Amino acid sequence: MSAGGAEVVTAAGVIAWLRAYAAEVAVRRDELTALDAAIGDADHGVNMDRGMQAVAARLQDAANGEAPAALGPLLKTVGMTLVSTVGGAAGPLYGTLFLEMGKAAAERSALTTAEWAGVVSAGVAGVQMRGKAEPGDKTMVDALLPAEAALRAAAGSGASLDTALRGAADAAEAGMRATTPLVARKGRASYLGERSAGHQDPGATSSWLLLETGARTLADAT
Amino acid sequence: MKKLINRPEDVVREELAGIALAHAGRLAVHTDPHWIARADAPVAGKVALVSGGGSGHEPLHGGFVGPGMLDAACPGEVFTSPTPDQMLAATQAVEGGAGTLHIVKNYTGDVMNFEMAADLARDEGLTVEQVLIDDDVAVEDSLYTAGRRGVGATVLAEKICGAAAEQGRPLGDVAGLCRKVNENSRSMGVALTSCTTPMAGRPTFDLGGDEMEFGVGIHGEPGRERRPLTGARDVVEALADALVEDLPYRSSDQVLAFVNGMGGTPLMELYVVYQELHRFLDGRGITIARNLVGPYITSLDMAGCSITLLRLDDELTMLWDAPVDTPGLRWGA
Repeated sequence: MSAGGAEVVTAAGVIAWLRAYAAEVAVRRDELTALDAAIGDADHGVNMDRGMQAVAARLQDAANGEAPAALGPLLKTVGMTLVSTVGGAAGPLYGTLFLEMGKAAAERSALTTAEWAGVVSAGVAGVQMRGKAEPGDKTMVDALLPAEAALRAAAGSGASLDTALRGAADAAEAGMRATTPLVARKGRASYLGERSAGHQDPGATSSWLLLETGARTLADAT
Repeated sequence: MKKLINRPEDVVREELAGIALAHAGRLAVHTDPHWIARADAPVAGKVALVSGGGSGHEPLHGGFVGPGMLDAACPGEVFTSPTPDQMLAATQAVEGGAGTLHIVKNYTGDVMNFEMAADLARDEGLTVEQVLIDDDVAVEDSLYTAGRRGVGATVLAEKICGAAAEQGRPLGDVAGLCRKVNENSRSMGVALTSCTTPMAGRPTFDLGGDEMEFGVGIHGEPGRERRPLTGARDVVEALADALVEDLPYRSSDQVLAFVNGMGGTPLMELYVVYQELHRFLDGRGITIARNLVGPYITSLDMAGCSITLLRLDDELTMLWDAPVDTPGLRWGA
């Protein structure tokens, strides 16, 4: 949490956020893959790392050149990059998250906490549309939905951007931890049935990491 | 891990380079994004067939590109779905004016990536139909799972739909045949050893020296249960009984019997399995009218096999017999 953080989300903030997320995913690549090996097909860390490295390279190009001021095109570029590099189920799901966020952000270059909450809601709705997962299915939705709700609640109560982002990250963490006892109903983990209980969901984990990185970086850059 | 590779991250790219060199003149291998097309595509007036999936199941899908089968295949990373930009590029390139059928194995990632690709292709004004293959009886099909997995029936659907497209049948017919093949097919497999993906470098699952995973998936997904490995006769009876009861296949049915190797099991053992299957079906009054024996939808180096049965009628039999000219399947050409 930073006392001197910006009160609006800008392209610079989004670039800082996603570069930090790419670095985090690289560090935790094997950890994410190990979670996936337990109940999936052991490729989540590898796939997310490949995708986020591609995103980081795109963002580096953007930062070196004329950084786009508008958030919509920036977020859509992130989404398309993930769609074309991640593969698996995570590619369409994370890709759709950012594509729908981009559509909602449109040509705006600075978003208030409440506006950012609306953008995140649009993204999470896109993930649910693409993956057809409900809360409790043991998926990334179990981290994203509580985070989105916390962000909207914080924005509604007039919290600062910093405080709202921290609340969202904490809600995502609680949601992620709550996936452990669940029986998976979507994706490859669902083939395990009862045997999927007792393992934390890898998609919820990478989603929590996205929110956690956001709380540390999104409001800092100006 | 002992594999004849260079760097794990280069396996798919180098495999495609090898395919391009080995089948120059018959296949066109594209990079950025990856897709393989028959050299003479697009074929004007013909329904185009596009499939794809994770790599590691060779010859599926790239080895089935050619006259009488697929127009294009989109290989993903090992055991990872290809991405929508690949299917979009392939569909745009091989579309011959009669629409495109996407044949998709029912895995969460494949379904979502192909759905996004179809959305993008339709935005470009292209006509696309998609059919899901979900023939693996090992998985309980319920609201609480991702549904049955697509396995051996994929090979049969690609062959039969390819023949129908080659004969000039319209998109609706070809898609209908694809659904018919899927509806009349059932599959199940066993693993005697795990596969090892190049990136992981160690076996996907642990299996005791005397155990088999009964109902295994082609990515090493768990099956129905772990059992002691007994003889070929017991294994075939258990597999075939599950298939026959599921559809069900009945006395006097004519079937195509497909004994598939998972990659690490020699053809010798597949023929042992085939004669046991022949004996079993004979006992049920089911006639094997056509057969396919060999490694056609593999799981890297996994030892084991799968059995697929397809109930045949005259139309399916005629289309199965039609000429095909691909690196993986070739007759009559």
